[in-house]
Amino acid sequence: MTFFLQIIITGLVVGAVYALVAFGFVLIYKSSDVINFAQGEFLLVGAYVALSLVVFYQVPFLAAVALTLTMCVLLGVVVERLVLRPFIGERVISVIMATLGLSLLMRGIIQMIWGTETRVYPAIFPDAPVRLGEVVVSQVYLWSLGVALVLLAVFTVFFKYSSTGIVMRAAADDQAAAQSMGISVKRIIAITWAIAAVVAAIGGVLLGNINGVNPSLAYIGLMVLPVVILGGLDSVPGAIVGGFTIGLLESLAGGYLDPLFGGGVKEVVPFVVLLVVLMVRPYGLFGKEIIERV
Amino acid sequence: MLPPSRGRLFSWGAVGLLVLNNVEVIYDHVILVLKGMSLVVPEGKIVALLGSNGAGKTTTLKAISGLLKSEKGQVTDGFIEFNGERISGLEPEIIVRKGIFQVMEGRRVFEHLSVEENLIAGAYTRRDRKNIRADIELVYGYFPRLRDLRHRTAGYLSGGEQQMLAIGRGLMARPRLMLLDEPSLGLAPLLVQEIFRIIKRINQEQGATILVVEQNANVALGIADYGYIMEGGKIVLEGEVDRLVDNEDVREFYLGLSDVGKRKSYRNVKHYKRRKRWLS
Ligand SMILES: Nc1ncnc2c1ncn2[C@@H]1O[C@H](COP(=O)(O)OP(=O)(O)OP(=O)(O)O)[C@@H](O)[C@H]1O
Ligand SMILES: [Mg+2]
Repeated sequence: MTFFLQIIITGLVVGAVYALVAFGFVLIYKSSDVINFAQGEFLLVGAYVALSLVVFYQVPFLAAVALTLTMCVLLGVVVERLVLRPFIGERVISVIMATLGLSLLMRGIIQMIWGTETRVYPAIFPDAPVRLGEVVVSQVYLWSLGVALVLLAVFTVFFKYSSTGIVMRAAADDQAAAQSMGISVKRIIAITWAIAAVVAAIGGVLLGNINGVNPSLAYIGLMVLPVVILGGLDSVPGAIVGGFTIGLLESLAGGYLDPLFGGGVKEVVPFVVLLVVLMVRPYGLFGKEIIERV
Repeated sequence: MLPPSRGRLFSWGAVGLLVLNNVEVIYDHVILVLKGMSLVVPEGKIVALLGSNGAGKTTTLKAISGLLKSEKGQVTDGFIEFNGERISGLEPEIIVRKGIFQVMEGRRVFEHLSVEENLIAGAYTRRDRKNIRADIELVYGYFPRLRDLRHRTAGYLSGGEQQMLAIGRGLMARPRLMLLDEPSLGLAPLLVQEIFRIIKRINQEQGATILVVEQNANVALGIADYGYIMEGGKIVLEGEVDRLVDNEDVREFYLGLSDVGKRKSYRNVKHYKRRKRWLS
């Protein structure tokens, strides 16, 4: 039982990070139909920049995070302006190649700057583990889960009720109509990229505090695919539910199936889910229904 | 019978809120669609712009609102003035802020937003945020049905309800000039009457100047002060509404009436029209 609960908690924490990264991915897809393969690199940049600020420049952790996020806002906006905007109106495959290229380019630069060995954050969260009944959990897990959940809730409320959120959903529905009411679609897309970079970076900082940072963390950029295929490419709630589901499945497979099969199941499970979902429900659990009145 | 297209037949006297002078529009650098389009819309009036399919009515409205830009269209000659100021070539978000709002052809409501969220989106450029609530009520005053549907997803509204929402959303921007592109499209005759009555009320009660594009000439001329008829990218006939409806050609081609006032069958009109065009 204890083992099971440990696995569930690990799964939830990993799932929360998946949800954050997938959330950004879905925002970009909704606002501009772009499949962003560089979400994983946004996560890496966030993790490394905050780490460098803390370790090399002795910046207090929260200030370092604030600086990192500010930088990620700029990064998101600049990437959209320089890399994506020239591709407006181009074929989907060209845009996909552009974001793939962006992902490789960013990963190369990151490795040039920070190398490939794992770097660790100094202990920021208290060491003492917390007892939840019979289960012992380290505090960093609970903090990560809490931070991710609060963020996801804040963004959900933002999109539902704030006027910027309403306008962003409007532009996702019909860009020309949005323009006709004075909404600048360019500005909306820039905001979208900024948010996507910021949530991914936060995911990176959280993961970095748990396991340390190395370039292989960018694999999460790929894990986003099963998550959003499961949840629905254009559904924000889908990204959240999909993130936690894949995180949990992965953790369960790692805990119970890997010992039986000698490893490897954990890595495969998300993509098995992806294939199954594509076969039985290609729009995902919450994919946007194309509204057709009868 | 009035001779077609010999400059302005009637002078408005007053200076126009909106003036198009010899406007030429080209799509994609090669497709010439507006070929010297001129019209005047005086403040506080309703002006109808009529013409057959492909005449360039929608293009005219998009040239005014700036929406042409995102379709690779360009004003290449002539000018557009609003309130005495050149607006040709400006970005649509600037033009909306100057007080022009285009209600696009085909309603274009935000399908996955609720009715009320659609209205809020319409008020995007407003600076007086605190009056928005009151203006939502104003819209519900004009379109009571929308009040009952306020939380409904707009995509599931009927065509008529969506048209009401599209016009209400335009009202939320509090424009000085509203451009309406075929508000009657796909609606039952009774509903068309109702919507045009409300357009007239909006004009009178809110003081909004209106330029309405229509296929349904009967109902458009019914509320308008002045009418323009366009063919092949330019104005071929214009006049105060009373004069226009007496014009033999207008009666025949746009109102579907023959000299004795009898309704012609649609097929006959269309056939005849192909042979006799305004500019051929
Ligand atoms: N984006 C575009 N690119 C190229 N040509 C266009 C474009 N939009 C319109 N046209 C052409 O311009 C001409 C006028 O189109 P427009 O939509 O202005 O006509 P309309 O008078 O509004 O017609 P309708 O009554 O059918 O709506 C048509 O021949 C059309 O094919
Ligand atoms: Mg049209």
